[in-house]
Amino acid sequence: MKEFFAFVKKEFLHIFRDTKTLLVLVGLPTALIVLFGFAISTEIRNVNVGVCAPDGDPAVMRLMEKVDKSEYFTYVGRYDSEAGIDRAMRRGEVDAALLFEDDFMSKMMKPGGAEIAVITDATNPNNASMEVMYLTGIVTEYFRDDLQEAAMLNASSAGGNLVPNLRMLYNPQLKSSYNFVPGIMGLILLLICALMTSVSIVREKETGSMEVLLVSPIKPINIVLAKMIPYFVISCVVLVNILLLTIFVLKVPVAGSFFWMILVSVIYIILSLGIGMLVSTLVKTQIIATLICGMLFMVPVMMLSGMLYPIESMPRVFQWLAQLVPAKWFIEAIRKIMIEGVPVRFVLKEMTILVLMATVIFTAAVKKFNDRLE
Amino acid sequence: MMKAERAKVRNMFRSKEGIGAGIVRDSGNVIEVEHLTKKFGDFIAVNDISFDVHRGEIFGFLGANGAGKTTAMRMLTGLSFPTSGQGHVAGFDIRTQSEQIKRHIGYMSQRFALYGDLTVKDNMELFAGIYGVPRSEVGRRIDSLLDRLSLMPEKNAPVKDLPQGWKQKLAFSVAIIHRPEIVFLDEPTGGVDPAARRQFWELIYEAVDDGITAFVTTHYMDEAEYCGRISMMVDGRIEALDSPAALKRKYGADSIADVFDLLARGARRTE
Repeated sequence: MKEFFAFVKKEFLHIFRDTKTLLVLVGLPTALIVLFGFAISTEIRNVNVGVCAPDGDPAVMRLMEKVDKSEYFTYVGRYDSEAGIDRAMRRGEVDAALLFEDDFMSKMMKPGGAEIAVITDATNPNNASMEVMYLTGIVTEYFRDDLQEAAMLNASSAGGNLVPNLRMLYNPQLKSSYNFVPGIMGLILLLICALMTSVSIVREKETGSMEVLLVSPIKPINIVLAKMIPYFVISCVVLVNILLLTIFVLKVPVAGSFFWMILVSVIYIILSLGIGMLVSTLVKTQIIATLICGMLFMVPVMMLSGMLYPIESMPRVFQWLAQLVPAKWFIEAIRKIMIEGVPVRFVLKEMTILVLMATVIFTAAVKKFNDRLE
Repeated sequence: MMKAERAKVRNMFRSKEGIGAGIVRDSGNVIEVEHLTKKFGDFIAVNDISFDVHRGEIFGFLGANGAGKTTAMRMLTGLSFPTSGQGHVAGFDIRTQSEQIKRHIGYMSQRFALYGDLTVKDNMELFAGIYGVPRSEVGRRIDSLLDRLSLMPEKNAPVKDLPQGWKQKLAFSVAIIHRPEIVFLDEPTGGVDPAARRQFWELIYEAVDDGITAFVTTHYMDEAEYCGRISMMVDGRIEALDSPAALKRKYGADSIADVFDLLARGARRTE
């Protein structure tokens, strides 16, 4: 045991002497969280909205004030016709517009109702659909609340009004950080555990120190385990760091159980350490280890884990592939616990799969590691 | 009687835990090898070698690249399992007791001289820990080693800042920090200037004076002259084994280099 701890101490010394790498390890998650949380946001902001309301009805103008007050939109002005809006959009003055038909208010009060067109610049389809959704929301709410009195006065038309009631569950403000935080956790933890562990083991082979260690009484498997401990500790520190940033800076509350969230993360950390060890038994140089972990693992995590793109809308083949990506299950489990706040029995499937994957990878890594020695 | 006396003195010299205490057979030989063979498929890397290394001697293990030196050494240090033949190192069977062998030997390779990013003291503590030097002893041994090497002022300097010659001396000292029966030195003086090489050999002599046996591979033929006895490997076989003087006499050569040239002339394996 003593030789084991002497070795663990050495690994910590390696890491703490290399302050630059340590800074990257701790700084990168912080930077990513801030970047994804604030800069790279799928939320829409400062969208310029124009209006085309031929008769300039005061009720319409009050609606536009309401639009202007929302944090997403800025009201820029009135245009005379649809063609005018089109020209303004081409000039870049407006990104979206509301188009009211003639005699809008009077038609509104009659059976059959009135029409509003929501026009958006769909050059960026994601933004356009968000704008449509938000604008529709504001308009619907406005007519429901502000015109209720009028509707009540005209009892005859009240029955004809069908008002959709949209509700965005679990993430009412549609904050993108709800989506990214679990993804970033999946990415960073894999990066630290798999990449750092494999590079650190392979470095010993490359410099020739592994030979000296193999001649020493320390058991080869202990060398590897001793290397995992510091990265396990760092991963836990990073995990806490990410959670603190998420809760206090991004203001995303943890809806479910903290305990289960940490447990799922620890399982994922162990799984990632196993991947790192497996890689280290397969390659001979640090560069290859970095490439494999950096490219071969990062890309699936980004593309196939559901972090950026929904798995459900992928072609079948990719959906199958996605099932093999550990990060997919981790991210799903974290989303469920953190954002939806469901009880643990709903993430049992994900947890079981992660534990199974960890077992398989560790068994393979240990077996491969032992095979290599002779 | 003489042998018993020597063993007693040696054990007194060693730590209380008595690193030499586990010796099963003590015939005055630290290494005994009989008909040792290692095959990789059809390739016979080591072909039926037999030799003994006496306690307290400096044994030079010579051979061209590819002659099988490394494979033989890997078997002796417990890294590789022999295809056939017998061998004992520090009294332990190389087939069945490689774990005990590892505790009783030291090893230094040319390719690696300690961890550059760790300090002199860190490196010493690490290897003292790995080899199970009692905690109460570690500080004292480190201080005495640092003293002997006059490295006390560099105690907390990263090893990578030391000159190459110093690194090698330090690596050797670390390799014997647990006072092994025998220390294996794999081309220890590669890439070191002649003056530093001489200093390095002085360290080896000091260790031998302390009762440690040295098993050295080298391709510097002048260094072979510093050894008590040398063996020369050609194509997996040991072609000659004797003291340098006796070998020169036998082959009528002026230097060990000439002897080696004579023996290696028939070698089929090259790099």
